Amino acid sequence: MATDWTVRAITRAMLPVLLVLTAVELGSGLVLGAFEDRLLASPSLLVLVPVTIGTAGNLGSVLAARLSTAFHLGTLSFDARDDELVGNAVATVALAVTLFPVIGLGAWTLASLLGATTLSPGTVLVIALASGVTLAVLAVVVTLVATYAAYRLSLDPDDVVIPVVTNVCDVLGVVVLFAAVLVFA
Amino acid sequence: MGIRETALEAYREALPALAASLAGGLLAGVVLGGMRAELRAVEGLLVLVPALLATRGNVYGSFGARVSTGLHQGLVEPRVRAGDVRLRRAAVAALVNGLLASTVAAVLAFLVLTLLDAPVAPLPVLVGVALVAGLLSGTALTVVVVLVVFAGYRRGRNPDTLVGPIVTTTGDVFGVFFLLVAARTVLALAGFLGGWG
Repeated sequence: MATDWTVRAITRAMLPVLLVLTAVELGSGLVLGAFEDRLLASPSLLVLVPVTIGTAGNLGSVLAARLSTAFHLGTLSFDARDDELVGNAVATVALAVTLFPVIGLGAWTLASLLGATTLSPGTVLVIALASGVTLAVLAVVVTLVATYAAYRLSLDPDDVVIPVVTNVCDVLGVVVLFAAVLVFA
Repeated sequence: MGIRETALEAYREALPALAASLAGGLLAGVVLGGMRAELRAVEGLLVLVPALLATRGNVYGSFGARVSTGLHQGLVEPRVRAGDVRLRRAAVAALVNGLLASTVAAVLAFLVLTLLDAPVAPLPVLVGVALVAGLLSGTALTVVVVLVVFAGYRRGRNPDTLVGPIVTTTGDVFGVFFLLVAARTVLALAGFLGGWG
């Protein structure tokens, strides 16, 4: 099971997955490219990009790690009334509600230090919060589906779920941010 | 445990690491916001940003996990001076895989944008930026991951819990910063050679 410590063996274990994930991330890059003019016109939005996709991926990976531990300990059941499941899902959304207003105001403040801002701090806050809460809900859904799929396919969720969730959340992060910009800015 | 207790525990455990990576993400955003000139000059570079940043996370997350497993198993000594052969091979493998994935990302982005009839910089420019950025950020991340994992291990911390937050925080900051350095280097070189278009 353990990979040998040679360049060839490590590459053989890592490269196929890495290339698939690269192709997935290219999808999110193409969405970014589609609203490049909008992003370049408003520095606050450009500042939001890495932190929004990063935080979405992190929310998903924290949830995935906790569910996969609960799964290994046998305390998790895929039931809408399961305390472990619902509690972790609630915490994910609560973390988003705590963090994304900070992200929005932080992005606006930093962008205003870079030069003239074109959006009001309120607009950037609303874009960040709306994206964050939507992403938290999506992260919960993606993590549950991926953990359940790993369980049904008898794969170890530790190996599969975290990379899948992190990279899918990256793509969703850009799409949701794009949608929020269209709606609120 | 009830829903409320589970939720509170999960919230308290996750908040510090998420807040730290939030600070890193904002810093990365400032660098990205400050490189609008380069993003305009190298068309297609923005399309590469998520793939390049994710590659850093995926490759160096895996490298950190491997080193920390090696420490646990006694396969790797927690001293940089030891010049451990396994450690060197794992670092080279991470760099090679990171560069391969970066090159593939640049080539794919060029092909897709060309097919979509979208404006795109010449292929050697995109590949050049991806390679220079991959080399610089890969070297920096190798040093950070090894130093922090070793230091944490010697102080009795579990390196497994250190790797994730470190890689996500420093990966984004170094990733964007060295992307800026790479774009400027390649632009200067292209200007020196007579530019393109």
